Amino acid sequence: MILRLRSTKLGKIRFVGHRDLGRVWERALRRCGAPVAFTSGFTPRPRISFGLALPMGAESLAEYVDVEMDPAFGELPDPAVILPQLCEFMPDGVDVTGYCIVDRSATSLQEVVTSCTWELWGPEIAADEVARACELIAADTVSVERERKGATRIDDVRPLIIDLQPSSDGLRLIAELATTGRALRPAELAGVAFPGCDRRDVRVLRTHQWVHGDHTETGVSEDSRSPREHSTSYGDSRREVISLPVAVPASTLVVGA
Amino acid sequence: MSSVWARVEPLLARVQKPARYIGCEDGAIAPGQEIFGPEGPVAWLLAYPDTYEIGLPNQGLQILYEILNERPDAVAERTYAPWQDMNAQMRSHSVPLFSVESHRPAAEFDLIAFNLSSELVFTNLLEMLDLAGVPIHTERRAPTDPLVIVGGHAAFNPEPIADFIDAAVLGEGEEVIAEITDLVRGWKRAGRTSREGFLRELAKIPGVYVPSMYMVHFEGERLVAVEPRFSDVPATVDKRTVADLGQWPYPKRPLAPLTEVVHDRLSVEVFRGCTRGCRFCQAGMITRPVRERPAEQVRVMISEGLRRTGYNEVSLTSLSTADFSEIEPVVRGILADSEARPGSSGTTTINLPSLRVDAFTVGLAAEVNNGRRSGLTFAPEAGSWRLRQVINKLITEEDLYGAAESAFSQGWTRLKLYFLTGLPTETDDDTLGIAELARNVAAIGHSHTGRASVNVSVGGFVPKPHTPFQWFGQNTENELHRKISLLRNATHKVRGVNLKWHDPAASMAEGIISRGDRRIGKVIERVWREGGIFQEWGEFFRLGRWTDAMVAEGLSVDWYVHRHRQADEILPWEHLTAGLHKDFLWDDWQAALHEHGVEDCRWTPCYDCGVCTGFGIEHIVASNTPPAGGSQGTGQDLSRGGLIPVSVAPVLTGGRS
Ligand code: SF4
Repeated sequence: MILRLRSTKLGKIRFVGHRDLGRVWERALRRCGAPVAFTSGFTPRPRISFGLALPMGAESLAEYVDVEMDPAFGELPDPAVILPQLCEFMPDGVDVTGYCIVDRSATSLQEVVTSCTWELWGPEIAADEVARACELIAADTVSVERERKGATRIDDVRPLIIDLQPSSDGLRLIAELATTGRALRPAELAGVAFPGCDRRDVRVLRTHQWVHGDHTETGVSEDSRSPREHSTSYGDSRREVISLPVAVPASTLVVGA
Repeated sequence: MSSVWARVEPLLARVQKPARYIGCEDGAIAPGQEIFGPEGPVAWLLAYPDTYEIGLPNQGLQILYEILNERPDAVAERTYAPWQDMNAQMRSHSVPLFSVESHRPAAEFDLIAFNLSSELVFTNLLEMLDLAGVPIHTERRAPTDPLVIVGGHAAFNPEPIADFIDAAVLGEGEEVIAEITDLVRGWKRAGRTSREGFLRELAKIPGVYVPSMYMVHFEGERLVAVEPRFSDVPATVDKRTVADLGQWPYPKRPLAPLTEVVHDRLSVEVFRGCTRGCRFCQAGMITRPVRERPAEQVRVMISEGLRRTGYNEVSLTSLSTADFSEIEPVVRGILADSEARPGSSGTTTINLPSLRVDAFTVGLAAEVNNGRRSGLTFAPEAGSWRLRQVINKLITEEDLYGAAESAFSQGWTRLKLYFLTGLPTETDDDTLGIAELARNVAAIGHSHTGRASVNVSVGGFVPKPHTPFQWFGQNTENELHRKISLLRNATHKVRGVNLKWHDPAASMAEGIISRGDRRIGKVIERVWREGGIFQEWGEFFRLGRWTDAMVAEGLSVDWYVHRHRQADEILPWEHLTAGLHKDFLWDDWQAALHEHGVEDCRWTPCYDCGVCTGFGIEHIVASNTPPAGGSQGTGQDLSRGGLIPVSVAPVLTGGRS
């Protein structure tokens, strides 16, 4: 069985890389005494797999990790017990906000997610710049210079931009970007959306990871707290990796603004 | 409290490995909202003058961090040398050196205490002070500037940095930091007036050396006298030693970092000190006598540490861990606990650094490695029995071959052998003996597996203060290069033997500082001003900076590095002692030149080196028999025996103190 967890990554911890944070998860799970399954061989590794890597420096309300449990190593843990422990053992800024149980045969997180919603903002980005950035959605093509195998080439990334909207205060760009194929990274979007701004000064927050289609195994969480209410104009077959029946006030989770 | 985090944060998007600068480690102690004014706690900034990855695991720093933070009237935070990219960002945005916990500017602390583990980091000390906005010269510091204190092995000859530090602590810090804190608290409460008056008081704390309280006289090149400036300042400063390690079960809350560091595992110190008596080894000489931690405490520290950090790997640290009297029961205990822990499926890996060269040790390593055979390291140090007697590393060829046989037969395919070259009395035959040993070990390996390989690592010997070899003239860079090429020629066609060597140029720079006097301070300052920081890193090291600085200061490399010292010469650290009598060191030096080895005083009679008698302390070892399975240190052939009791002096401590 696989315990699929959703967590945040907020605050100073945003500077810890994806792989490094993976090691921190391993230690925290070990401290809980969770019967994590292991790979075989002389150097057994815990069977923990992470979803789409978050760029260094970005924050998130929607990080996912799959932890495979092996009943041979002990009783399967009660999520109500283990999740608060995990929150305690993980560094400040990492909170487990939802979980579900999926089968071992479930599609991996990397494959199941088709798009992510991001918020982009910065100290020098005003509301009119955000409004102008949203106009990109009307363009036929959006050209971005990208490196591929050492060579620079111009890609049209317009098909990867699913939605662009301003936040309610107008100061953040809310973007839904496709993750299929060669995904568009938020920093790359920042380069075209805010051309006058050093992209290293653009702050990035992932708010959702979306699943299209009918992957039934994603399941419904019994203890989930919504990362943040997200108003979107289209209610298609899209839903979050872990669905969110319960909403909590955004104020408990918002940082950085 | 003024955090500079808001100014640091934008820089972190522009540097590599930004996690180095955020703190947040498991075990980190976030300071409360204390007021950092005169009424506030004594604020220590514990600084490691190398990268975060190297500095974070440092146990000395972690121990002091915890002991200080346990005091209600003190706080301790940490800082590490920012890497070049961050350094440039900080300088161009006027961000000062900061602590990783509260991101408070270094200059706001009462003390900045550097842990110095080697000489080549001295330029980083200057860089960090400068980045903190603290004047690098002691004499320029105002009473409000932080006190700059150093400790660690390389602080045993602080003369080359005498102009830059307010004080050096000799020896172990657990107890003395309390005395320093008390004194600083009083000074703070009184408004931090005269710095000199305070330093004079500080100089009276045993183990604390305040360079500015001593006058050093030279006649020409020769040092003729070191004398205290005031009658109440002690003429010699002795190191501090903790009598019973069992009273200091630290760290209790080990730091588990969020990014990969050099030793990414739990460390538990099983004993301190080593009396094997290797004559080249400064660490062994300055940490005498041996003080073992009670086995039960070791077990508790391991199980608590693993539980607290979530690590599944533990290192049992000391200068020679296989010598720990209760190594076997401790190891078995860890393995048993590990089996019993839920979820971990018996995967705790035990790391035994500094292995002895014998079959017993390999057997132990096989037991603890959980089937992993990643590589074993042995340090025979010299290529011939004759030379090993000179340096007092008393292992026989049979010990080494027995260890190799044992390792290859138990599944290891890769052995690493450490050697020194440029040792006293070394001839080319001795040097070539290294190749011979390596060849024979590889042959033993090939009788087990075609994949067997032997990595030979050769370092250039740098004589260190407070050792019997402190009088020896270091080999020149050319001579070291010549010896290394002898070895390259002798090994390059040998199947399975790979030779690596330490850059002789770096050994030479280390030699300039290691036995330097106060005049070397200007050399260090010049190298630093020329941009020579991170000198332990090959990509930043250039010998030319050091030799140019020596020329500019009118100092002779030959005089400082390559010259043999005379018996009656006053050494720059003459007024500082690690407890070893100078005549003991001299006699041991003479014994070395006569190829005469001495046994380990843990299990044989005392040589009266001075530390036990002088300090009223004694060895604390749980077993009065030497360990099984090797001749090392006992002068007997134990390589195929079990426990062989030593017939003399069954109780080691009688009549010593
Ligand atoms: S005083 Fe004697 S027993 Fe103590 S370390 Fe020195 S030689 Fe060994």
